[in-house]
Order: sequence, then structure tokens, then C-alpha cells
Amino acid sequence: MESIELLSPAALREHPGLAVVAAIGLLLCVDLLAKLAGLQVGPLGGSLSVARLGSNLWNGLVIGLVIGLAGIGLSMTYSILNFANFSHGDLVSTGAFTGWGVAFVVAAAGSQPLGALVTVRDAGDVTPGAIGAHVLSTPGAIVVGLLAAFAITAVVSLAIDRAFYKPMRDRGGIALLITSVGVALVVRYLIQFAYGADRRGITASVDGDTLATPLGVSVTAHQLTIAVAAIGLMVAMHYTLQRTKLGTAMRAMADNKDLALITGIPAERVVAATWILGGGLAGASGYLYVLLRGTIQFDFGWSLLLLIFAAVILGGIGSIYGAIAGGLVIGLVFTTSTVWISSDFNAAAAFAVMILVLLLRPEGLFGGVSTA
Amino acid sequence: MSDATAPDDTMVDREPDSALAAVLAAAKRSDLGLVVLTLGLIYLGATLLTFTDGLNSVVGLLRTLTFLGLVYALSTLALNLHWGYTGLFNIGVAGFMAIGVYTMGIVVRSPDPAFGPPGFGLPLPVGIVAGMAMASLFGLIAALPALRLRADYFAIVTLGLSEIIRLTLQSSTFDTALRETLGVGTGGGRGMGMPQNPVRGLFLVDGRAGDPTALGAAVFGTLGEGGLGISNNILIGWGYILVLAVFVVAFYVLLERLGRSPFGRTLKAIREDELVADSLGKNVDLIKIKVFMIGCALMGLAGILWFGSQGNVSPSPQFEPILTFYIFVAVIIGGSGSNTGSVLGGIVFAAVLFEGPRRVGAVLRDTIDAPTPPTFGDAVAAADPVGLLAYATDNIAPLQFVLLGLVLIFIMHRRPDGLLGDRIETAAAVDLTRREGGERDE
Amino acid sequence: MSEPAADTDPEAADSPVEQAAQRTPSGLPLRVDGLRKEFGGITAVDGVSFEVESGSLTGLIGPNGAGKSTTFNCITGVHEPTAGDVYLNGEAITGLAPYEIAQRGLVRTFQIARELPEMTVLENLMLAPKNQQGESALRSVLPGLRGGVVDQEEQLRERAWETLEFFEIDHLATEYAGSLSGGQRKLLEMARALMTDPEVVLLDEPLAGVNPTLEEKLLDRVDDLRAEGYTFLLVEHDMDVIMHHCEHIIVMHQGQVLAEGGAEEIRTNDRVIEAYLGDDL
Repeated sequence: MESIELLSPAALREHPGLAVVAAIGLLLCVDLLAKLAGLQVGPLGGSLSVARLGSNLWNGLVIGLVIGLAGIGLSMTYSILNFANFSHGDLVSTGAFTGWGVAFVVAAAGSQPLGALVTVRDAGDVTPGAIGAHVLSTPGAIVVGLLAAFAITAVVSLAIDRAFYKPMRDRGGIALLITSVGVALVVRYLIQFAYGADRRGITASVDGDTLATPLGVSVTAHQLTIAVAAIGLMVAMHYTLQRTKLGTAMRAMADNKDLALITGIPAERVVAATWILGGGLAGASGYLYVLLRGTIQFDFGWSLLLLIFAAVILGGIGSIYGAIAGGLVIGLVFTTSTVWISSDFNAAAAFAVMILVLLLRPEGLFGGVSTA
Repeated sequence: MSDATAPDDTMVDREPDSALAAVLAAAKRSDLGLVVLTLGLIYLGATLLTFTDGLNSVVGLLRTLTFLGLVYALSTLALNLHWGYTGLFNIGVAGFMAIGVYTMGIVVRSPDPAFGPPGFGLPLPVGIVAGMAMASLFGLIAALPALRLRADYFAIVTLGLSEIIRLTLQSSTFDTALRETLGVGTGGGRGMGMPQNPVRGLFLVDGRAGDPTALGAAVFGTLGEGGLGISNNILIGWGYILVLAVFVVAFYVLLERLGRSPFGRTLKAIREDELVADSLGKNVDLIKIKVFMIGCALMGLAGILWFGSQGNVSPSPQFEPILTFYIFVAVIIGGSGSNTGSVLGGIVFAAVLFEGPRRVGAVLRDTIDAPTPPTFGDAVAAADPVGLLAYATDNIAPLQFVLLGLVLIFIMHRRPDGLLGDRIETAAAVDLTRREGGERDE
Repeated sequence: MSEPAADTDPEAADSPVEQAAQRTPSGLPLRVDGLRKEFGGITAVDGVSFEVESGSLTGLIGPNGAGKSTTFNCITGVHEPTAGDVYLNGEAITGLAPYEIAQRGLVRTFQIARELPEMTVLENLMLAPKNQQGESALRSVLPGLRGGVVDQEEQLRERAWETLEFFEIDHLATEYAGSLSGGQRKLLEMARALMTDPEVVLLDEPLAGVNPTLEEKLLDRVDDLRAEGYTFLLVEHDMDVIMHHCEHIIVMHQGQVLAEGGAEEIRTNDRVIEAYLGDDL
């Protein structure tokens, strides 16, 4: 409901900044339609093929789902533990490396040396083609890897919480934020130490990878896998929060911590559940991101962190549905902004959107409806 | 950050337990003594590590450590004004530094595109002032809308801005647009060469190696390749360190004066409780904007003195957000709010945490008589602790960052006020421990 | 309270360090006219008007939710009133920012004392005075100008000490404010407010959580200050305190002024009794 009020004339009068942004957004939409129709009206319009826009939108959707999946955990820790977790990006990397290690082992344990598989091609001299990890040729390995990414990252997150955050439960959000920067360094560089620093290929190329081309937009098997897996995890998350006792407790904690504690909610169990679910989803999203890109590097999660923050802020901190929606918006901004500006700036455009939201509507685009 | 510590006993002279304790106590009472003592210990450690390689290596290592220590001290002092004094959680330091350095480069570089990205060809001092002004202007642009945000939101806005700045400087599209409109360029991802460091010109005519000035001839003849055998470039490096030291002192005096004044008192009040400052008649927004702009100008200058003196700059990796976090760690080590702590934190961070481990690692590696396994996986698979140690000492860089992270976590757990956090930094232009006739701070 | 430099240094007569030496006993330092404040659809303050006499201690009282705090916040600039006006010495201050109102001579204390914990008691006090030279960044830095800043700081320090002595907390001068007890913080708040050299002081439940001995002390200090011409508006929950110390009392109920007058008038006012009985007095 809030999002409708957002664009009401009264709301726009009260927030002139918002009005300007809305006007620009409208202008871009008009321009986009003109471009699609191949019209040139003054500075507006031009030409843009349906196929190009379609593939921008589809790619944005897939990236957005991955970012949104990662954002759920960040949003949960932000609202339940009250701090911006700067090590979240490195949990994303943790899931990617551990998950792909497991996937490689399942895919090629008999045929390739184990060391090369476990270290995700750091040790030994094995090509991605020799391992042959692809959802069409080794679907079992891809699924097992995803589950492993979730499970291992959940355990790692929980261990980090016990070691580093638990002794600081009574401290303020800023102290925790700074601590999380330290945790981020520890995790990222342990990954580099164990798995090496170089960027390398992960997935094999397989014939018939492009499954369909509706309207000229090519849909690959991996994109479809990511979409299905991400949506599946999101739905599972939704049911966990809505239908289980623990989920209700988590929503209560996110909503009003003090009240929740008075009513006898087991705080530490909720915190543990937050890390297991949030960390696990971060790990899964990292695994899926590598499936999308086909390559891996020790600090890719860190470089994704600001985009994940952008998604969470857009959706309103504390709302998992907001984080998903925010992820989609960021993904779409990321890919469709190239219609207007150079691809040098697509990340900058996403950050600019994030800053605008923080300045103009810090409760998020969808209006501070806290759903956990 | 708000744990109030007991204010007593740091100012009180107590009977020292031992000679060492007496020296430490004396050094703690004198800020300069403390800095000199710290540097002395670092020099001692560095000398012990490298003395077998000869004088040139020792002096070279000390030069590197001192350079990094001083540029970190400059950056830390600037950030301390934002974070330590005013509580402004600025994690976009790298962006403001980049603005300073790039503006200086563009203003000073030759207009002839044959030498790379063209500039305006103006004198260096103009470039430095322009760099500071531009960093300050970006500070204003960031501060105007963002100052009323919560600390963590403010942090994310500044981080986002610093990434936008970096990505823009990296963009070849932006470079081209700039060349077409203003006739100047950034060099995009390749970056740009910096103007020659004028200190080099003091030693070498037009900076050409093998063509020393009178000063250069004298120095090189006694200490350099004609005398003690220290390389000329290291000696020139030490010349620049003297310049940096002057700037550190200038930053320090400026910030101490700002801090020990009613202005500094208002900054502290804003950090503690904005509403109180407001209800006592202080224009909080205006003061925040002022202090943000001053700090950003100093960050711009620190960036120029640091990266602008080192030949070539490029947006990545030099101005990635990790730089900001390094500087933050240095502030926190020293104790936010204390200028002496900032200088100390900068030096300790750069020498002990940043450069130290890789030097120690290299020395340790030489003592291990075994080949280095190519990867961690191979080292583990061989199940040989010596091989693992060889791998670890050869790959000390990631471990050093792990250590850095652990130190940061440890400080936040055990000593959130940093090395000098227990000191009272009085925000007044007069001594507040006595009622009248105290020494004047003038 | 003593007036340190007024006699010794005539040149400093209009300096901010100086106390406002002459206070005229007549006139209306504070006047509230038809004040109204709505939050969303709820009217918290509904047409409140009253006057505060110079040198008086006026009490503002009412049951929980009567609109006292909102009125207070509208006067001090924390909220912008929906309608109505606030006048300080005849000048409209409606809708000004809190710092602008404080600079014009109306200062407040907080219900839950808001000391600046990591600043010493003296720093807390020396923060308060208006228009300090050293509040300019340039003046506090430039060698030629800093001398004046230091001179003024010396005077400020002396005045801060005297104020602390007046409130009998001078033994805490170099302590961090965060280490003070609850009652001491209340004294610190009032001392700090006085350092701004105000015309009118708004006290927001200054006695809440204060032990009886300290309560007496605080009220004695208020009486001393009134004798010097300071004007006080006191928001209190405790009926007894108001009845014993205030010569003029304003009773609020449901966002409106229910009754106004001296203690005896209020005590016998049927509507007041009814409103308070309804609130379980």
C-alpha cells in the first residue's frame, strides 16, 4: 500500500527530491518506449531492439535474484543483531569456494586428482573442461554443491558469531560494524591463503547450453538453474519465517527486540538461527553467482558487498521481501542502465540509486514494513 | 566507543617500578617522546631484520617504513577530525584522496597529449591547492544531504560515493568526455603519471639521474654511492621524508589547535549528543559541514603527498575501499579522538602491521631449508609441517591481512579506546585541571 | 549567583562571557498564543495560550498525555507547531530551530539528564556560552587571533568554576560527566543551561529521580536565581512540588489549558480535581 502512497501528489509535494527522482524515472520510461518504437522525439528516443532490452531485463533478473538471495541474510543480521555486517560479502565467497569444491569432487572424483578438485583448481593442473561441471552433464554435482555451500557457510557463520560477535552482544552497532570489517579481512584472506589469489574458470562449456530464445533473448541452462534455485530458496525461507515457531520469534526480534525479550523469546537461539539461515543463503548465493559467471576469485564477494547493501537498503532494512525486491531492482538497474550510459558506469548507477534511496527514503522503497 | 573510562591516574605521577617503566612513563607524558620512542623501537626491529644485508638495505627499509608511517599518520590525523572528534563515520576516505590526487595531476600535467593524459599545465602549488579545494567541494556535496543520516547510513553513503568516484576515474568513457570538453584527461584504468616530486629537483638537475645539483653532489658524495654507499634514490627518499615530517607536524598543530578550542568542544559535544549541542545554541548542521569540508581538504592533501609523490596513480587498486579501512584501523589503534594517538596509530599500523609481517616472513623463509609447495593444497597433501611453514612464510601477504583483521577484532573486544584512549584530551584553549594561572596553550 | 567580571571589566559589558547584568522585573519574557500541534490525525496540543511573568517560577502541570511535553517541544523548537505562536520578549520564535531559540535566550534542560559523558564537567559547562570567539575554526587556529580566544577561555573557566560552586559540585569539575550520579547530572544540566546566559529556563521534570535532599537544594538554587531575575517554566508531574514553589500554575488536560492561577485557586478548582481523579492521582 505504501508504494502507492509513495507516488501520491501529497507525498511528492512533501518530498521535492522524490518528485525530481520520480520525474526522471518517468522520463527514462518514456524514452525507453520511444526507443523501442524506434521513434526520435527531440533528445528522447532512438532505437533499441526488443531482443536487446529483453536480454538486459532477463540478465538483470537473474543477477538480481542472486543479489536478493545474498541480501536476505544481510537484512536479517541488520535487523535482528542491529549492525551492518561488512563481512557478509566474504561469507558469499566462502560458500562459493567450499560449495564448488564439493561439486567438483562429486562431478569428477574418480577421474581427476582430489587435491585439484577440493581446492577448486588451485592445486594441480586440471582444466574446467576435464572436470566437466555443468548442470546439463552433472546435475547431481551442481545440486550437492549448492547444498554444501549452504551448509558449510551456515556453520562458518555460526562459528564466527560464537568467536567474535557473541562477546559483544551488549555493544553498539558501530562497534559491531567495525568488528565485522576485521572479520571480513580474516575470512577473505584465509580464503586467499587456502585457495590462492588468481581468477579461474569453473564451469565447463556444454553443447545445447542455450535452452530457448523467446523474443530473441537467449536463456541458458545455468541462468534457469539459478532462477529456479534462488526462487526455491526464497520460498523455503518464506515458509520458515511464516510457519515455524522459530520464524515467528525471528520476526518478533526484528520488529522490536526489547518487547520480544520480555515475552520470553530465546534470544540466543534466534541469533543462531539468523546466522544459520542468513549465512547459508549468502553461501548459496555465492555458489550461484559463480555458476552464472563461470569464474571465481577470492575477493569477488567483497566486491559484491556494496551491491548487496544497495539491495537491502532499497528494500528497507529488516524486510526479507524488500531485500529480494531490492536485489531485483539493483540487478535491473545494473543491466538496463547500459541503454543510456556506458557499461563503465553500471555499478556506479546502482550505487547512485542506493545513495538516493538513503537520502530521500531511508525506510526503503517499499516503506519500512518489517516482515523479518 | 562510548565506554567512559576513569579519568584519574594517567596525569598523576606514580613511582615507576623499573628503569624501563620509568622511560615508558616519561615517554607517555611527552607526546613527542612517545612518537620518537615508537619510531626508535621500529627502527631497532627493522635494523635487526636486515643488518646482515648491509647499510643500504637497512637505510632503504627504514625509508620505506618511515614514508608509510608518515603518510598514514597524515591520513589518520585527517580522519580523526571526522571520526574521533565529531563522530562522523566517513568511510569514503579513499574517494576524497583520489579527488585530491587526480585534481592535482590534471591541473599540473602538461597540456600536450603526447605525454599521456593532458592537463592544464599550471604550477604545482596551484595543483595542490586545487586538489584540496576539490576534495573539500566533494565533501560539501556529500555532507549537505547526508549529515542528518544515522551513522551507519552515513557510512554507506560515503562508501558508495567513494566507489562512484573510483569507477568514474577508471572509466574510459569519462576520460574521453573530459578530453572532448575540457581538453584534459584522467587516463582511465591505466591512470596518469604524477608531476615530478620537487624534492628530486633539489638533488638532481631537472630530476635527471647522474646530474646532481650542488646539494645532491654533497649528499651523494658523503652518504651516497660516493661515500657510505647508500643508493641515491634512497637518499632522495629521505629528503622527501623530511618534507612529510613537516606536514605531519603542521597537520598536528592545526588539529590540536582546532581540538583545543571552543570549536573542538562543540565537535566533541556533537559526537556525544547532537540534541544537547543544538539545544545549547550550537548550529550543529553548519558545524558538521564545516568540519567535514576541512577534513576532506586534509584528506585530499594527504592523498597528494602520498600517492602524488610516487610516480603513477591509477584508480584500482590504489583507491579501493580497503585503503579507507586501513586508515580506519590506524585511527582505532591509536585511539580515536587523540591526535597523538593518530600519529602513533598511523606509524604502528604502517610499520608493524602493514610492512612488518612481510619483512619478517621473508627473513623466516630464508631460514627454512625446503622448497615451497606450489599451493596450499599441495602443502597440506604432503602432510609435512616444514613444507606448510615454507608455504606460509612464502605467502605471508594474505596471512598479514588475517592478522590485521584479528588485531582489529581484538582491539574492539578488549581495548576499544585504542593505545592512547585512556588519555584526557581536553577540548579547551586553557588548562582545565587547574583553576587559574595555568600554562597557556599559546 | 555572583557576577564575576561585571564590575571589574566595564569593556566586557556586552561580551558573551558576561552575565546579563540587568534584568528588568516587568514584561513578558515568554508568551504562548494559540499553540496547536497535530501528529498525523492526532491533536496533541489544541490551542494552548499562556504567559510567563519575568522572574517568576511558573509551573506547567497535567496528567500523563495532557500535552505538556509536546507544548515544551513546540516552545523549544524540537517540533514545529501546526498553528499558533511563541514569543520570547515580544519576538516571535515560532518554528525556529532549537539552536536559534537557544541563542535568543531560551534554554532547556532534559527530563532524563543528557550530560555529555566523555567530556569533563568543566567542558560541559564551557560548551554552553553563546558566541564564543573560538567557535570560529579560523580564530582558534590562526596565531594572531588565538590570543583572544585564550583570554576568553580563561574568563569562561572562571565563570564555570563559580557556577559549579554555586551548585556545590565544584569538587567534580575535572571528572568525566558520565561518571556522575543521577542527581549530580541534574545539577550539571541546570548549571550548563545557566552558562548560556538565558532569559528563560525551561526545566523538564528536573526533580524526577532526585532524592529529597538534593530536591531541596535544586529548588533553593532556583529561588536564588529568580531573585537575580531569571525566569523559569517548570514542567512537573509531581503536584506537591508545583503547589509549594510556583506562584503561577498552568494545568493542562487533553491538549488544552484546563485552569490557570495560584496554588490555592488550582487546589480548589473542581475541573482540576476531576481531571486528576480521573488519572488516579
